[in-house]
Amino acid sequence: MKKQRLIIRTVILLVLGAAVIYTLYANFTKDDNPEIEVGKKAPDFVLTDLNGEKYRLSDFEGKGVLLNFWATWCPPCEREMPYLEQQYQNYNDEGIQVLTVNVGEATVTVKEFIDRHKLTFPVLNDKNQEVLTAYGVDPLPITFLIDKDGIIKKIHKGEIINEAVIADMAKEIKP
Amino acid sequence: MKEVKCECGHVNPHGTVLCESCGISLIEEKAQGKLHDMRYEGSARRSQTYNKTIIDKIWNFFSSVKVGVWLIVVTLIASALGTILPQEMYIPTIMTPAEYYEDQYGWFGKLYYQLGFHNLYSSWWYLVLIASIGVSLVICSIDRVVPLYRALKTQRVTRHESFLKRQRLFGITDAQTVDETFEKVKENLKGKRYKIREEDGNILAEKGRFSRWGPYVNHCGLIIFLIGGMLRFVPGMYIDDMVWIREGETKLIPETDGQYYLENKEFTLEVYDKEKDNKAFSEAIENAGMVAKNYQSDVILYKKVDDSVAGEEAKLEEVKEYDIRVNEPLKFEGFALYQTEYKLDELSSMSFNLVKKSDNEPLGNLKIDLNEPEKKYDLGNGYSVEIMSYFPDFEFNDDGEPRTKSRVPNNPAFVFKMLTPDKPDGEISFVAIQQTVEPFGDNEYQMKFAGIETKDVSGLTVRKDSTLWFFAVGGFIFMFGVAQGAYWNHRRIWIRRKDNEIWVSGHTNKNWHGLKREIGMILDGSGIQEPKDQLQDE
Amino acid sequence: MANLSSNLLLVAFILYLVAIPFFGGAIRQKKGLEEKKSFEKWAKIGITITIIGFLSQLGFFITRWIVGGHAPLSNMFEYTAFFGMCLVLAFILIYFLYKTSVLGLFVLPIALLVIAYASMFPRDISPLIPALQSYWLQIHVSTVALGEAILAVSFGSGLIYLVKAIDQSKRSKSTTWLEVIMYSFVAIIGFVVITSGFALSDYKATYNYIDKNDAAATLEYSMPALVGPHEWELVNKGDFEPLVEVPAIINAKKLNTVIWSLGAGLVLYILIRLIIRKRIGALLQPLTKNINLDLVDEISYRSVLIGFPVFTLGGLVFAMIWAQIAWTRFWGWDPKEVWALITWLFYAAFLHLRLAKGWHGEKSAWLAVIGFAIIMFNLIAVNLVLAGLHSYAGS
Repeated sequence: MKKQRLIIRTVILLVLGAAVIYTLYANFTKDDNPEIEVGKKAPDFVLTDLNGEKYRLSDFEGKGVLLNFWATWCPPCEREMPYLEQQYQNYNDEGIQVLTVNVGEATVTVKEFIDRHKLTFPVLNDKNQEVLTAYGVDPLPITFLIDKDGIIKKIHKGEIINEAVIADMAKEIKP
Repeated sequence: MKEVKCECGHVNPHGTVLCESCGISLIEEKAQGKLHDMRYEGSARRSQTYNKTIIDKIWNFFSSVKVGVWLIVVTLIASALGTILPQEMYIPTIMTPAEYYEDQYGWFGKLYYQLGFHNLYSSWWYLVLIASIGVSLVICSIDRVVPLYRALKTQRVTRHESFLKRQRLFGITDAQTVDETFEKVKENLKGKRYKIREEDGNILAEKGRFSRWGPYVNHCGLIIFLIGGMLRFVPGMYIDDMVWIREGETKLIPETDGQYYLENKEFTLEVYDKEKDNKAFSEAIENAGMVAKNYQSDVILYKKVDDSVAGEEAKLEEVKEYDIRVNEPLKFEGFALYQTEYKLDELSSMSFNLVKKSDNEPLGNLKIDLNEPEKKYDLGNGYSVEIMSYFPDFEFNDDGEPRTKSRVPNNPAFVFKMLTPDKPDGEISFVAIQQTVEPFGDNEYQMKFAGIETKDVSGLTVRKDSTLWFFAVGGFIFMFGVAQGAYWNHRRIWIRRKDNEIWVSGHTNKNWHGLKREIGMILDGSGIQEPKDQLQDE
Repeated sequence: MANLSSNLLLVAFILYLVAIPFFGGAIRQKKGLEEKKSFEKWAKIGITITIIGFLSQLGFFITRWIVGGHAPLSNMFEYTAFFGMCLVLAFILIYFLYKTSVLGLFVLPIALLVIAYASMFPRDISPLIPALQSYWLQIHVSTVALGEAILAVSFGSGLIYLVKAIDQSKRSKSTTWLEVIMYSFVAIIGFVVITSGFALSDYKATYNYIDKNDAAATLEYSMPALVGPHEWELVNKGDFEPLVEVPAIINAKKLNTVIWSLGAGLVLYILIRLIIRKRIGALLQPLTKNINLDLVDEISYRSVLIGFPVFTLGGLVFAMIWAQIAWTRFWGWDPKEVWALITWLFYAAFLHLRLAKGWHGEKSAWLAVIGFAIIMFNLIAVNLVLAGLHSYAGS
């Protein structure tokens, strides 16, 4: 009798305690977009660059992809552009594709930005913000590292402050 | 632990105060007052009888109603603290919360922010408080409902004299004046829907025992409600997002896994009109200035029917047309779209005339789509205009250079290159709203502003809440239990023969006034005297 | 019709006022059979007048509904007047359950104060803003008012208990707190007197000031400004100059009204004390002479038992359903919502203390007083000061 009672009490308290701890834990690790996280498949998309050329993410399977989201009005985005540009060629040789996605600004504005910074990597324009929505992008800039199987390996939130950061990221997704 | 055997033969659990069966007091007479404490029928509250291990100690802590009441009171005070200043979610986003509270409310605001009261209801300690109430609910209920159930189930018809004597309503009548079979009384009791049990000519009449379970039923409802609150943290159960759609635009609805699109046909804002609306309102409208009557987005919901991926043109099929208004959300597949915000008259296009300054003669007109301007506008006859730079939301940065704050055309500005037959290399002109700068000296030509077009933008909240069922079911059970406990009464009347006397006792869990009246009617004409309220003798 | 409507309210007000002395007469003597009969006659007249008054106020409610095209429950005046009506209804119901005239002597004056207080707010029939255009307006608001009114009856009988039970022969904490309750009634009278007084004399003074967003704004006072707004400036030279200036986040006009009301209440209270030469509690005590303490305690408890589920249904359940429809979420920690939760938690604690801890009698009566204070805080302070999403209720 006595022992049984102790067991019942212990079980009830454990269940209640677990529920409370889970709630507290979940409250502090609230993730806005549970679909997008490291280890999950990156949502596929098709976007065109300013020259009208189509890019489909799944076409790059077998290569690593560095997917960067940016806007012309975002100063940290502007600051990280030179690093991406410098490394773009190197990566390509290592089997890593750099894709950058603009948040859907006017073509004139984006074009001017590309010319000013002499960018050579593909700049895709997400006119309807569908890809932004799919990736839950907010705030800018943000960079996703996707491996050769299309799995997200790393999410870098915020500015890429130097080349070393890119080099580290590249290591993760080298095929 | 020793069980307690009563003189009537019934074996009671340890800690029982009044024998479950006959009602005799199992503790020393001295400890009892003039009247029995009938809460929980004098049954053994288990928590108070075992206090050895840490588990028992935790259990006993939460099992105490005193602790429960303290938890309620502390939660109450904490909740009140959170209403002194607006919570973070209700303050404007013009500055950071830290700055806002200090700016608006001075040192008090700063302190309020530092103590974390700006986000009180999702703070860890508030959650702990609510959770403790939940734990207390479970344990208190388990601890009381079981012994109470036992006691009410085991109770005998013939109760011990000391039990009857210590009921609040009690009276003795000389048996000689009474019809010994109690026929009339029994009939009256039945008329009042009492359940009658008899034993050796003694009577126990009982009704509304059902109401004793009310508190436990409502606690169950509350627990289900709290579980609903807990599930809210499970990913995917609760979605809170927002979509802004311009008139004429079709947009993907976020969080629908790319499946649903929404077209905004038109946004309407109506205000009450003194002349056209109910004349009774005219004074109120006059005093208030302007009163909103309706916010409405006329939309079409589409579902994607092909395998296209994000960014690709999708094949859409119309699902339904709907007018979303406040209080009338559009619902589909567990989602609801609410009319929550709007932006009137966002610029959508701007028109300019190219003129020669000397004679102001228009040489051609161009209309610029502000969301996607062309690179070059050919005006014919050798006149054309090129857009060198476009700043949809223009400002000067710290270095004095033009830049844009966002992609939204709130304050568009352009750098135009005007190509004309007499200036084939073009003239450069910077044009913003009510502002023209000619960086390379006086131009001969000018872009003259010729009008704008605007569109309204609807801001719709995208909501999915799969936990609502828990709240609905929990709320319903709670209401049921509360009503059960509050609107029914558990009444018992004991009638016992003792030698030449008839003893009558009455007990109810509440509404003694009602019980007294009822006993009066039941005993009317039987010759038995109405029992006295022993509390009022004092 | 709009005129008819306001006249009906006035008639109801007068009838309630007339009914009070009859209830007073009903409790005078209780000895002897003959006198008992006359006592019943007094009570009968009292309750009849009360019921006619209630019907008249119901007429006010219905005609106003017809004129406005929506249930008159959408602003401070309409809600508070309806609350007063529910209070009378709750009293009538409890009266027939327990036949206690003394309850009328205490509850009717409270209802009168509530209605008088309501009438101090703008009485225009106003159109409904989009958020209020829903049949849930009637359902939610009327259930809340009814629940709160039943809970207020518990306060009324709790008050009777205290007036009778507290020993007035010497000064104690209890007598002081009882006087605080009495003072707050007097302060409401003060508010009504001062507001109507200045309204009759058509007092107006306009000030330019700087609001909390650093923008220039104007405020029109209808009472002399003891407290002026942030960086005030008189529009008409020669108007009363404020004595004190408050920071921009404080609504100077409302604070000014509060100070005037409390001040007028204090003056009234002191006058009363000077005239009667004893505590108001002691003045009222003889009225409760024939009342059975146990019975008022039970009425107080039963009112909570009846009112608590009604309040929960209206103030939380219906409120949540409507909030889910209108505001996209059933709960958002808006001040009014939080204070409804606080009210609910308080009465939950009340019931637990009574059921499990055996808090009867005086303790329970004090709890009923605190509960009513919370309800009044939610009605007055939350609407006028904390505002939030229910801000339309504040005008």
